[in-house]
This record gives sequence, structure tokens and C-alpha cells, in this order.
Amino acid sequence: MNSPAGPVAEAADTGETPVERIDLRREFNDVGIGEVLDQLDRELIGLKPVKTRIREIASLLLIERIRKRMNLTSGVPTLHMSFTGNPGTGKTTVALRIAAILHKLGFVRRGQVISVTRDELVGQYIGHTAPKTKEILKKAMGGVLFIDEAYYLYRPDNERDYGQEAIEILLQVMESQREDLVVILAGYGDRMDKFYASNPGFRSRIAHHIEFPDYSDDELLAIAELMLRDMAYKFSPDARAAFVRYITLRKTQPLFSNARSIRNALDRMRLRQANRLVADLDRVLSADDIMSLEASDVLASRVFSAALPMATQ
Amino acid sequence: MRITQGCFSFLPDLTDEQISAQVQYCLTKGWAVNIEFTDDPHPRNNLWEMWGLPMFDLRDAAGVMMELNECRKVYGDWYIRMSAFDSTHGWESLRISFIVNRPKEEPGFRLERNEVNGRNMRFTTKSYAVDRPGGARYGGK
Repeated sequence: MNSPAGPVAEAADTGETPVERIDLRREFNDVGIGEVLDQLDRELIGLKPVKTRIREIASLLLIERIRKRMNLTSGVPTLHMSFTGNPGTGKTTVALRIAAILHKLGFVRRGQVISVTRDELVGQYIGHTAPKTKEILKKAMGGVLFIDEAYYLYRPDNERDYGQEAIEILLQVMESQREDLVVILAGYGDRMDKFYASNPGFRSRIAHHIEFPDYSDDELLAIAELMLRDMAYKFSPDARAAFVRYITLRKTQPLFSNARSIRNALDRMRLRQANRLVADLDRVLSADDIMSLEASDVLASRVFSAALPMATQ
Repeated sequence: MRITQGCFSFLPDLTDEQISAQVQYCLTKGWAVNIEFTDDPHPRNNLWEMWGLPMFDLRDAAGVMMELNECRKVYGDWYIRMSAFDSTHGWESLRISFIVNRPKEEPGFRLERNEVNGRNMRFTTKSYAVDRPGGARYGGK
């Protein structure tokens, strides 16, 4: 049986003789994390520090697993993590991958990811919060609990805020049921720092603090092309050049959220492209016409017109 | 007298590990697990109090065990049972129920005879435990 609770419980219960030698490569292949890590490399552009960190964690867990089989005792490693970074830097996506890795290595039993925000944890009146938080925790047992924008849990301006109650329950479960549940807190860098400063308990219970850097212009372009490829679209050479300019301009404007902004921009370009195609009903279209985004689709963006007044300000 | 009702009740009491394995079986089947408790052990008492709501959408038994331990903290000397509800069309009813906690001492039942209509007899069973008021029937609680 490939019961995930297996390796730990079995070795302890049956008292089977510890393994002496282990073929690391075979172990690595058996577990199948190589393929998850490769997928991570392939599908996520940039994020070098994040990928290195995840590789490190994966290696540690692999060794930890082997140590258990060799009866070299070590407690359950603390796996709670914190992801900090600006909007659209891939925190949620990475959380899903982490869950897959942890599941393959048998550090979480089921591998589901429950993604929640303050609303799902904190109640609206006295006595509402505890059952609500527990409900979510029960659902996340055996998997990963991903708390997005975790800093909203703590509202320093209102001392009777129910968020504190949710935090206390979370901390308690994070400590006492480490083998049942992995908690990942995510949020924007500066606000998370403030959150940890006012809740030191969280900081010390979280082993891995991972920073998600912003994407460079080249990476954003690569992301755009990857997204387009997935949607079976492509840039014409002109459009590509225009999009490079779009990225530099968009970055200077407010509310830029990395890959998410790129996705939204692409969606709007698809709208404009469709509109342009439909405008001329007498044309015979080739597959190439339908697939390619032209420079005009990019240049019609408000970003280009908004750039002028901003420059004069 | 040891109460026997539901599944596994003729076996020795289940250990937490065994309970957890049964619960996991229910969850993999997609059933919602409930925790119920009572201090009235009569076999015809089918209305036990519920501990919280039925637990839908759980994936792992650890969540249920967490609630069971909470329940034991409060009603450690009462009967606690688990049941699993199957919501699929056509079933919509309980699929399994088993006792997971019982009082240290179970005083058992007495037979009461009631003479009616001349020499006719009516029999009824009564638990010694219910002689005391609800809430004070077992141990500390």
C-alpha cells in the first residue's frame, strides 16, 4: 500500500531492520519529485531564488525521508512557509507545486490545497470565529492551507477584532499538528513584515521564508509569450516590439501587478484583435490571421496614451 | 454491562489509530462524518446529541480526530459514537455508526415487570444510569 502515513508509522511499529544502503538516484526517481521540479523550471519563468529554495527544501525532505528509513531519528521537520512578494509574482502557483512535492515525498498525506483569505477564517460576531477557523483547518488536514493576504488577519487599529482569535487557533494547530497540516502564509512584503512584527509567534513557527522577486522586462515578455502559446496566439514581430514598449511603460504606472497585469493586457489585446477581425467581414481568414496579434492591437492600449500626460506631470 | 450497538461493538474498544482508519475509510467514500454523544444508553434511544455539525468536505481523518478529542475533553465519561452520512442519491442515509467512547462504569439494565389486565405481564428494560438526572449519570459529568 502506498499509504502516505506509511514510512514513519511502519518503521516504528513493525521494528523492521533499518535499511543500510540506499540508492539515492533510485529513491529520487521513485518519489517522482524530479518531474515536479522540472515542471516548475519549465513553466515558471524567472523566480531564481524561489526555485533554488524549493530545490533545497525538496532535497532536505528527500534526505529526511531516507533518514527515517535508516532509523536515524529526527522529528517531523517544520514545513510551514511564508511567501512574500508583490502582486502577480506567482505565490499561489508555487504553493500548488509545493503541495505536489510534499505529497510525493509523503510529508502531507492527501496533497490538497485549501486556499483561503481572512473572510473564510474570521467570523462576524463573538463565538463565530473559532468554529469557522476550525472548519477550514479540518478541511485542510492532510494537505496544505494557503492563507492569501495573511496580514489582514491582524488589524492593529481594532483591538476587539476577531482576527486575533483566528491567529491563536492557527498557531496552536500549526504547533500541535505539524504532521497533519502545512500552512503557507502569503502576502505583500512590507505588510507581511509588519504582520510578523506584531505576531512574533508566527515568525518563529515558520521555517521557510521565501521572497518572490519582481519580474524583469525580459521575463515579463517571456511570460507573455508563454501565456499566448498556451492560448494558441502569437505576436507578429511588430506587435512583439510594441509589447516590449508596453511593458516598460506599464511598469511605471500605478497598480502594476507583474504577471497578472500581463495576463489582463493580453486578454484586452485579444478583444481588440477579435474586434479588428470582425470589422472586416468580407475577408477570408487564414489560421495565421486568427492566431496573430498585430501591433495595432497592442498600441491601442490606454497605457500608451496615458504615458504622455504622466510624463508632463 | 457493556453496551453493544453499531459496528464493531462486540470487538474490544477501538484504539485511536483504528478509529482514524475507519474514519479515513468513510472519508474516501465521500461520506460526511458526525460525532454524537449521550448519557442515556437505552438501545431504543436513537436521538443522540450532535457535537458540532456533520463534517462535509474533509479529506483526512486528522480533522475528525481533532473534533473527537475536543468532544472527549467535555464528555469523556459519556457515550460518544461516530456515524457517516452518505449523501448520494438513493442512499441519503447513514452508512455506518460505531461507538468510540464509553463510560468507565456501565451499570447495565434492569427488567421491569408491569401487571396489566388481570394476570397479563408487560416487560420493559430500564438503564440503572437513568435513575439519576441527565448530566449526572456517569462519573464526574
